Amino acid sequence: MYLNKRKAAYLLAAFFLIIALFLGISIGTVSVPVLTILKIIINSISHTEVYAVDTMQANIVNNIRLPRVILAGLVGASLAIAGCAFQGLLRNPLADPYTLGVSSGASVGAVATLFFHITIPFLGNFTLPVLSIVSGFMTIFFVLLFAKKLDPALKVETIILTGIIFSSFLGAFISLLIALTGDELRQIIGWLLGSVSMRGWTYIQMFLPFFVIGCLILMLQGRELNILAFGEERARHLGVQVRFRKLTIIFAGSMLTGAAVAVSGTIGFVGLVIPHLVRIMAGPDHRHVLPLSILVGSGFLILADLLARSIISPAELPIGVITALTGAPVFAVLLLNYKRKGR
Amino acid sequence: MLEVKGLSFQYGEKVVLKDITFSVKKGEILGILGPNGSGKTTLFKLISGILAPDAGNLLIKGREISRYKQKEFARIVSTLPQQSAEAFSYTVEEIVSMGRYAHQKGWMQGLSMEDKAVIQSAMEQTGISHYSNTLIGELSGGEKQRVYLAQCLAQEPEILLLDEPTNHLDLSFQKELLELLGVWSRKKDITVVCIFHDLNLASLYCDRLLLLHKNEIETDSNPREVLQEDRIKKVYGADVIRAQHPQVPAAHIMLSPTAVSAVKQEGIGEDNLTISQEYIAITTEIPLKSLSSGITGAGIGWHKHFINRHVTKDYNCDDYKVEMDSYLIKNGFLPSETVAMMTAVELEDAAYRQYQVGSTSLFIIVTASVGNPVDAALSELHSSHIVPGTINIWVFINGELSEQAFLQCAMTVTETKASVLRDRDVTDPFTGTKATGTPTDSLLVAATQNGEFHEFGGSITSLGKAVAKGVCEVMNVALDKRENRKKARKEG
Repeated sequence: MYLNKRKAAYLLAAFFLIIALFLGISIGTVSVPVLTILKIIINSISHTEVYAVDTMQANIVNNIRLPRVILAGLVGASLAIAGCAFQGLLRNPLADPYTLGVSSGASVGAVATLFFHITIPFLGNFTLPVLSIVSGFMTIFFVLLFAKKLDPALKVETIILTGIIFSSFLGAFISLLIALTGDELRQIIGWLLGSVSMRGWTYIQMFLPFFVIGCLILMLQGRELNILAFGEERARHLGVQVRFRKLTIIFAGSMLTGAAVAVSGTIGFVGLVIPHLVRIMAGPDHRHVLPLSILVGSGFLILADLLARSIISPAELPIGVITALTGAPVFAVLLLNYKRKGR
Repeated sequence: MLEVKGLSFQYGEKVVLKDITFSVKKGEILGILGPNGSGKTTLFKLISGILAPDAGNLLIKGREISRYKQKEFARIVSTLPQQSAEAFSYTVEEIVSMGRYAHQKGWMQGLSMEDKAVIQSAMEQTGISHYSNTLIGELSGGEKQRVYLAQCLAQEPEILLLDEPTNHLDLSFQKELLELLGVWSRKKDITVVCIFHDLNLASLYCDRLLLLHKNEIETDSNPREVLQEDRIKKVYGADVIRAQHPQVPAAHIMLSPTAVSAVKQEGIGEDNLTISQEYIAITTEIPLKSLSSGITGAGIGWHKHFINRHVTKDYNCDDYKVEMDSYLIKNGFLPSETVAMMTAVELEDAAYRQYQVGSTSLFIIVTASVGNPVDAALSELHSSHIVPGTINIWVFINGELSEQAFLQCAMTVTETKASVLRDRDVTDPFTGTKATGTPTDSLLVAATQNGEFHEFGGSITSLGKAVAKGVCEVMNVALDKRENRKKARKEG
């Protein structure tokens, strides 16, 4: 039943991503036609002037739009695949990449950097993402450590509870910093609501290793995630090394989430809604939901970013506002559908 | 196959299992029984590798469970939980396929041809092939359990562990599932270890039972030995009665309710009796336990109405049971609550009388004629043509009888009947010897099961003596009445 549906889903998702990519690159204050985009890309790949193109357009595409669109795509993909993995692992369709507190941790790092004007020598502008990802990792480390103290078997219920405790605590800490802040308020709020603008290729270079490793690890956990949906005991009965797999999935998911938050702030709803959309298209088999989430998630965030920068152009909306404004209603409709189907 | 030696486990300070030792042979079906809190679920979790023991050894195929890798273990042992919850709505086939996880190797996530064949066969054996594409959420509890059983089978295990697998299933599914287990254990030599909540299911389907009590093994033996009345009373702390399964050699444990009924049946007597042209009826407030021969309600049972129906000598109906049932319904008696028999004797000749022995009262009713007498010892000389009964003897006892006493009362009644016929010099016209009865005599012994307890009813017990005396007197009265009426008719 799902076989043809799945093929169609892959085609559709790939098509969606390509369309999103071209729209993202093409539309802006200066619009660049699709053909020109292709020419510019071929020129930059071959490092020669194969086609004659307008230098300004080439500059816009190469240095502004392309990195921005690619970063949006990578962040969207990371959040979607991490959300998908966490929903499967935690057996909770309402879980998202932020459930375990990674994002709060990463946010504390970022907000603290802005608040205290921290600049670490050699890192310069990268102080914020680096501190952010470090604090994200520290958070998940403490969450797991605390959960293990509570329950040596590390049941997912315990992990969720611990995650919520840490999230709330760190959330309060962020609020405290915001309350005490003066001039940096706009900067902090802007960061918290998320943005992929003005990051450039260096951010992509920084982000890419985390992205590749995280996605690879998660994509290899498809079968295990499928089985984990039946509970940890059942998974062990069926031969899954539950503790190892659980830690692997949490590690990879947190890595993706932490890195995404570090480069773009806390962008909500992508990790929650995209996996659900994909499941409706292709069924719940994680071997397919994980890769499809990458395609759809990246396409979605590229389009969300496009909206964020074109609605009140030349000013920009925070991308998190767009994802929440579109994601929440979509999620509500999905929920209604679930209920109607009695699932 | 499975060896458990000196196994102990405790949750914190609380000891859950203490020094458990047993072993299971290949192909055996072992049932684990025990009241709530006896440790059976913990034992199950230890065997399935979810918990690790505090002391003792758990060996599967001679190797410590903890030394197995998870996948290796899952290729030998598969587990069916009481109920499974799935976070996502997979199709039936997807779920069964997950049973192959332990057999799949390497990074590749696809299924081999062999995997696919095993999955198909598992679905066929559990009868779920036709909904392989259905979503699990759309199935009923029983169907779901079959899907998970197929998932277990796809593991191709040597040992199958089940935790109260029939808990949420209908009767037919319970039977089906347990019989499938039996087939697999025989055909494929799969070893089955199963927790049971229901003693009687365990009794029917297990080779051996392990009864846990207060965290230790109470008994480890065959089901008939384990399911002794006293033992179950002690372990479960409930008043039970052990009966025999009517069809197969298995013990059946029944609850013995404390308050049987608020209404107590007083002695049976003339107040309960109705005699019309068509039938004699005794009707009681609460059902009596009765042992009878006849048409409706024959054998041992509980009944409120007792009917001796008059039919003409030429009554002939192939489906006399159905005919009798419709007759009973027409006359306002529910067949399930009724013992009914037939007689060709005129009902005005019926005789009855009440007797008293100690605190037990008896009420005896007889309809009799000796028109067709037979010597039972030589009955093989007779043809087998059956006509409606002629000597019907009913004995109602206001007391409690053991099953043995019921049988002995029936013997006493029959012996007395033969004796009466002998005294009246009734001969079998065919053999010329003394007759012992007629070929279609019926008998009813019914007791209120309330009042004095009689363990025996043989001819020299107080009960038997009263029964014999009563039957002798009442049967003679009945036969005299008939003879007198016939004489009177002839003379008149």
